[in-house]
Amino acid sequence: MRKRFTREQRLTIVYGVLCIVVIIVMLQLWLLMATMNAYLGGDQAVVLPGALASLVCFALNVGLLWYLYRMES
Amino acid sequence: MRESEQLTIPPDSRPLEAQPKWRQDFPIDWPQDHYVSRRDFTKFLVLTSFAFVVGQLWIVVKNYLRQRRGAPPIQQIATVEQIPIGGALTFNYPQPHDSCVLVRAGQNNFVAYSQKCTHLSCAVVPQPEKGRFYCPCHEGVFDLNNGSPLAGPPRRPLPRILLEVRGSTIYATGVELTTI
Repeated sequence: MRKRFTREQRLTIVYGVLCIVVIIVMLQLWLLMATMNAYLGGDQAVVLPGALASLVCFALNVGLLWYLYRMES
Repeated sequence: MRESEQLTIPPDSRPLEAQPKWRQDFPIDWPQDHYVSRRDFTKFLVLTSFAFVVGQLWIVVKNYLRQRRGAPPIQQIATVEQIPIGGALTFNYPQPHDSCVLVRAGQNNFVAYSQKCTHLSCAVVPQPEKGRFYCPCHEGVFDLNNGSPLAGPPRRPLPRILLEVRGSTIYATGVELTTI
């Protein structure tokens, strides 16, 4: 049986998840700027790894959000 | 779940009986309200994260299309006699809308760069007497010899147009992009 959290605990958890998501989104922003700069400078080597890294970050974010919704149900 | 967790907690944490009547009639569950607003903000950030992934994929597609285009064609620009020493000539290369500038810095010294500033794409102005290209929009300065940024907001060098002089004719043979 899944453990149900109190509302105070859920608020703490959502704060933690929010902090992690903010950090990941900032990382993605930096990644996009760096990839754009490399692409415009003719450097093709980082384009695909940059996109894959961003995709992994997005998957992490989706996982965290899914955990929040799962916690409520 | 404990019964206390089901109760609506007013923002000043006093019991509901001590609250004004309007709040007793229309209570707001503040902890739940805080929770939902932060959860929704997290959802918004995840959407932002998705937008960044779309941006990255857009770069991948643009890069693929650029690779598929292949090497730019060889194009005649001008004859040596057309440009005096210290003079400049604008031309379009490799596409008809890609504006470039050719400068004769010495007797046998020709250099050509894209005319688009690498900051916000304003047209740069050649100043051979000062050995530089100048962008009037935001005071950007590029070195005439290698196109690298010297001052102002630009961080990337101007794309260099590769030149070849055959007899007395100058040809553009390619574009060289660099990040530093």
